[in-house]
Amino acid sequence: MTDYSRWTTGEPVVDTKAPEGPIAERWDRRRFEAKLVNPANRRRHTVIVVGTGLAGGAAGATLAEQGYHVVQFCYQDSPRRAHSIAAQGGINAAKNYRNDGDAVQRLFYDTVKGGDFRARESNVHRLAQVSVEIIDQCVAQGVPFAREYGGLLDTRSFGGVQVSRTFYARGQTGQQLLLGAYQALTRQIAAGTVEMHARTEMLDLIVVDGRARGIVARDLVTGRIDTYFADAVVLASGGYGNVFHLSTNAKNSNATAIWRAHRRGAYFANPCFTQIHPTCIPRSGDHQSKLTLMSESLRNDGRIWVPKVRGDERPPNAIPEEERDYYLERLYPAFGNLVPRDIASRAAKNVCDEGRGVGPGGQGVYLDFADAIARTGRAAVEEKYGNLFEMYARITAEDPYAAPMRIYPAIHYTMGGLWVDYDLQTTVPGLFAIGEANFSDHGANRLGASALMQGLADGYFVLPATLNDYLARHPHDTVDPAHPAVAEAVADTEDRLNLLLAVNGDRTPESFHRELGELLWDECGMARTETGLRKALNRIPQLRDEFWRRVRVPGSGADLNQSLEQANRIADHLELAELMCLDALHRAESCGGHFREESQTPDGEAARDDESFAYAAAWEFTGIGRAPVLHREDLVFEHVHPTQRSYA
Amino acid sequence: MKLTLRIWRQTGPDEPGRMTTYDVTGISPDMSFLEMLDHLNEELILAGDEPVAFDHDCREGICGACGMVINGRAHGPERTTTCQLHMRHFTDGDTIDVEPWRAAAFPVVKDLVVDRSAFDRIIGSGGYITAPTGAAPEAHATAVPKPVADTAFEHAECIGCGACVAACPNGSAMLFTSAKVVHLNVLPQGAPERESRVLDMVGAMDAEGFGGCTNTGECATACPKGIPLPSIAAMNREYLRALSKGR
Repeated sequence: MTDYSRWTTGEPVVDTKAPEGPIAERWDRRRFEAKLVNPANRRRHTVIVVGTGLAGGAAGATLAEQGYHVVQFCYQDSPRRAHSIAAQGGINAAKNYRNDGDAVQRLFYDTVKGGDFRARESNVHRLAQVSVEIIDQCVAQGVPFAREYGGLLDTRSFGGVQVSRTFYARGQTGQQLLLGAYQALTRQIAAGTVEMHARTEMLDLIVVDGRARGIVARDLVTGRIDTYFADAVVLASGGYGNVFHLSTNAKNSNATAIWRAHRRGAYFANPCFTQIHPTCIPRSGDHQSKLTLMSESLRNDGRIWVPKVRGDERPPNAIPEEERDYYLERLYPAFGNLVPRDIASRAAKNVCDEGRGVGPGGQGVYLDFADAIARTGRAAVEEKYGNLFEMYARITAEDPYAAPMRIYPAIHYTMGGLWVDYDLQTTVPGLFAIGEANFSDHGANRLGASALMQGLADGYFVLPATLNDYLARHPHDTVDPAHPAVAEAVADTEDRLNLLLAVNGDRTPESFHRELGELLWDECGMARTETGLRKALNRIPQLRDEFWRRVRVPGSGADLNQSLEQANRIADHLELAELMCLDALHRAESCGGHFREESQTPDGEAARDDESFAYAAAWEFTGIGRAPVLHREDLVFEHVHPTQRSYA
Repeated sequence: MKLTLRIWRQTGPDEPGRMTTYDVTGISPDMSFLEMLDHLNEELILAGDEPVAFDHDCREGICGACGMVINGRAHGPERTTTCQLHMRHFTDGDTIDVEPWRAAAFPVVKDLVVDRSAFDRIIGSGGYITAPTGAAPEAHATAVPKPVADTAFEHAECIGCGACVAACPNGSAMLFTSAKVVHLNVLPQGAPERESRVLDMVGAMDAEGFGGCTNTGECATACPKGIPLPSIAAMNREYLRALSKGR
């Protein structure tokens, strides 16, 4: 047992900065109480934004429109490539265009319940309120949402809800929303109000006199390490799902920005809340570099099943109807195939564990469109899901129109992230975290089509209002580049890269990533146990030691070196993975995507323990291999009464 | 599978490059082309060589980061992105040539990595609708006929990978530029900037050093997202219309 499997408990978080009063009035109140920066003074304020996805792209564009000087970073060659682009299914908004009983209050309720009562009510309510403005904004930008013949917007249903509130652009909603934000950002870049640094990666946070004042970043083409100073720093660098090696994240998505911020004092909340998406294409072999998601929208029309008996090796079309088990429809008649993601994923794992899985290794279940094709015709299915079917056919060389798809759960999203208050500010003053990088709105499980909603809500509407207040309340001064904190951050970064290059061992960076990923998937994936987590907590420090002794990074730090970039990110994953397992170990209850086998109902559902765990766990860093400090933020439910989630 | 790869290696923008031959074994037909290169790179690292640099990210055909000329064709033999090209489309024992995009406006950064920032500057010159956050009218205030929305979507699918430029004998960016012009110009929301958009974007495209269009059609053949060739004609009509109206 390492020291790290212990932790100490510190002061609880008492002030989340959420305003008092009726929940529906809190956001208005906050905006009214916020101090403003005089428009004429805004151009003298510099804001750093790291990342150009939905949250970062929207924030950079909006802050620049407001008059601030924005300095923005992305590791990709263009801000248009951030991984929000890969989101497929849609974006939720409580527009109630369908007249099917939707309302802000219902979206709020669905999100709190979907998150298994582990999110902060004030934030979620604001998200639901802002959702309606997002659709207006995107339509004005020219986002080509799907429309009805009358010219009005079409919607569809997503998991965990019984209304049709998801707006979409075929299976490429993320792409279209991101291009909208990217185009708005690019307009500001051309106008000179955003200074864009593509192919530049943040490697450390600069904290001067207790406030975030800049970052250390590396130009990935020249290898040059530079410092950038600002009055506030916004992290919009996405989630940390790539810790698992195989995930639906982009290959280069990483946790470095948020992890380095954590090391500089920002608390990290609920790291064990990771989402496993039920409908991904199963892996085909050890060469696999990433997993591909098939949009959850497929569950609107596709029916999920496995053979009733184990070891049935007949091809799917040869298995008669009465010998199929449509297990989601059987177990959850009210929601059927549209149960929330955590429930659908765990059900798939259960039937595969019973030996009823299909495809190579029995790690898959069928997603069958035969009924939908018979009911609506092939053309209608093609219109809705054409690009997804094509993608499936390309990857698997199977025709999903002729035989059911095979799907299996995969790591997809991380609900945990940097702890933020109602203003989206971290525990480091002047450091804000938006989008997937923060922990704020989804509790222990995110509902489908809510990530795009949260990213754009944070970027277009929430942060621009709250950042104003921070900037107005703090002295406007310049950072002394000779300040010891600056030199220290630069030296740390350089030392670390030099160390990676100097090891010259006998293993590739990828081999460590693969090993870490397998360990986490086994012990901190869809089902977690105390024994398994202790095993992982024992193994991770060994693996980390091995990494620093045996990794081989060829080349130098003075030019484009993708192995160095990768190794540096894996080094952070090897630290973060430990905190994830510790958080999973300490939370001895099941909730949402966090399923502790010790804590389940008699029929195998997640059993929450509200008495002991109705809090967000915000962890404070104390050093590598040292016990972190747990700060609890108690969650108070005044409007949605916590119940055992039921989708039956 | 066993393959012989001939890959363009170039250490920097101003260095001379050359084709270098590598033999790879143990390739599964289910690997993507990039996973095959990952496999080669792991072997190169262990052998003490520098791995081949290439751009990639989402690996599901939507971010547009990857792209290489494979056996003389942008993104290779299938009409898709390099990350979605699988080794089952090759035969055991094949020799495969792998080169970067070649175009004057896309200078090589290293090996198979090129600089496509010219595309961002074309978008920045007018590839947007000016709609500052907060100023939007209610989404249903303007109905958009479905055929119009579908046309907009079809053109908005462009992923900015640059295959059109790489495939064009002139290194022209007409298909890329026209995709954005058509996407925004057919929508009612894009109407106020309709003329300035096409004039400014075509101007920016020319200033970046892309070649002219001679209607070869290679661009649309190589486009992994199927941006239609008539998109270029539509942009030309928009351009003439804008000129005739004056700015």
